[in-house]
Amino acid sequence: MYKYVIKRLLLLIPTLFGAAVLVFLLLRAVPGDVCQLRLGGGGEWIDPVALEQCKIQLGLMDPMHVQLFDFLTSFFTFNFGESMWTGRPVSYEIALRFELSLQIAIMATFVSIIVAIPLGTISAIKQNTWIDYLVRTISIAGIAIPSFWLGIIIILGLLITTQAWTGTPWMPPIDYRPLWEDPGYNLSMLIWPAVATGYRYSAVATRMTRSALLEVLREDYVRTARAKGLLEKMIINRHALRNSLLPVVTIIGIEFAFLMGGLVVTEQVFNLNGIGKLFVESVTNQDYVMTQSLVMLVVTIFVLVNLVVDILYAVLDPRIRYS
Amino acid sequence: MATVSEGRLAVAMFEEPAALKPWHVKLRETARKQPVGVAGAIIVVLMVLMAIFAGVVTPYDPLLNSYEYMLAPPDGNFIFGTDMLGRDVYSRIVYGARTALFVGFASAAVGGFFGLILGVSSAYFGGLFDLIFQRIMDVFMAFPLVIMALAVVSILGTGTENVILAIIVPFVPRCARVVRSSALQIREIPYIDAAKACGFGHARIILRHMAPNVMAPFLIMVTAFVGQAILTEASLSYLGLGVQEPTPAWGLMLQGGAEEFAESAPWVAVFPGLAITLAVFGFNLFGDALRDVLDPRLRSSQ
Repeated sequence: MYKYVIKRLLLLIPTLFGAAVLVFLLLRAVPGDVCQLRLGGGGEWIDPVALEQCKIQLGLMDPMHVQLFDFLTSFFTFNFGESMWTGRPVSYEIALRFELSLQIAIMATFVSIIVAIPLGTISAIKQNTWIDYLVRTISIAGIAIPSFWLGIIIILGLLITTQAWTGTPWMPPIDYRPLWEDPGYNLSMLIWPAVATGYRYSAVATRMTRSALLEVLREDYVRTARAKGLLEKMIINRHALRNSLLPVVTIIGIEFAFLMGGLVVTEQVFNLNGIGKLFVESVTNQDYVMTQSLVMLVVTIFVLVNLVVDILYAVLDPRIRYS
Repeated sequence: MATVSEGRLAVAMFEEPAALKPWHVKLRETARKQPVGVAGAIIVVLMVLMAIFAGVVTPYDPLLNSYEYMLAPPDGNFIFGTDMLGRDVYSRIVYGARTALFVGFASAAVGGFFGLILGVSSAYFGGLFDLIFQRIMDVFMAFPLVIMALAVVSILGTGTENVILAIIVPFVPRCARVVRSSALQIREIPYIDAAKACGFGHARIILRHMAPNVMAPFLIMVTAFVGQAILTEASLSYLGLGVQEPTPAWGLMLQGGAEEFAESAPWVAVFPGLAITLAVFGFNLFGDALRDVLDPRLRSSQ
């Protein structure tokens, strides 16, 4: 097991290395650069001397291989440098927003688990009844609804219902306060984006729970459990559900990794200052250093979560042994 | 000769054995067996028709703005109301179907084609080629779809064609991965050895002998992806990084005005979102049913 984990961790290095090179090359292929945007963003005349200076200062005039080497060493030594746009350290800019995005991601995952496992279970037990059809339709719809639109509809619904009930329309607050400082305020702000993203992800997990449970319910040991006269509730809870949760764990894990990327759109709708918004901003500003660091952050989280999921597999199912 | 009969075999895989029954009986039977899939197919067909005959079914030019009718609520003249520039929302949604379907089909077809070729080749050649190719795919797969698409858009710039490319790039490795795993099994079947013994070239074996036999997982993948592509296009356009004004596109319609005017003019925000949902819903239902029909493993277990 330890050997396996070490092997997997070592295998991460070429993947991350490849991703870093890919991002680097992709971004350098963009015409124009941050200096042009910074000095002449409004379309005004650019002083060539200032442009030159700005480029030299940011290291954009260095040869490509030097830039690549700088980027790789900065990444693998965890010293990400300064944002080309604001001039503040990348780690500072990210730390400022990471908490908010992470909180939404965790809350959305909770929402999806709370919704998915009971719904998927009911759907499997009542296979091919109207309840099953209803749950399946809801979950397919969940995959189809764009989360940004759901966000707009949630805001709209809040405005209309609060208008009708209290007379004054209420919008979720937009300035962030940490959970431990003002829990009520924090939750009243972040629960909505968490629901908007969580619903979509619950849809995938519901379908997974249903099909995994259906498969397990056909196993011999379930028939044995029935034959010895166990209560159906006991069979589902003790025998079937436990063994069907394995693929569900995978899906939820992979989703969590994707959430960090999926937040890009949700944060835009709810006007939240998180990682996703920072990403869109740094892409539009052609802030190489920031974009690179953010992409690598998302990619690193993604591969690490995948590894954790694989290890969880072995913990949940003792039959699985990695070598 | 061998290739002709093989082509027929591949076709026969998708046809119901009861080819003698009249078409309407078969249709009714399919509808009973796969009610959900048929519902999806109907949505898809209606959408395609809507896109083709957009000029016939819309009362107004989708680009025509009139300052007299800004943010007019839905009524007899404008059934879905008008947006902040006084453009008819219904007409824009109908024409938006063109954009959505074009992006969806084009990216699924092109991305699927490359994914199919790359996936089958990787399985066929095996060895070092497969190993290196898989590692490269790993790198691509490590990027979430929207992030990858955003990165590509930032290079190529916005606009319909670039959005299609941005969606293709992350799709190819995902498709190649699925195709490769099915193709690995096919490589072990003796008829591939037979084809090699006949002295056929690599390209011929890949295209004519292996590719047709991974069609089932491939088609499932591609159908599901059309919906995904429509959704991604809408997200990119919503962020202002996709299709640009004045082209009618659903995601774009939700940008800008939709949020600001949500309270006073909810129709601007509600209808385009419904259109996206319905379209993706249709493709997902259809893809789901296709999976049930084409995947023999699922058929036996249900």
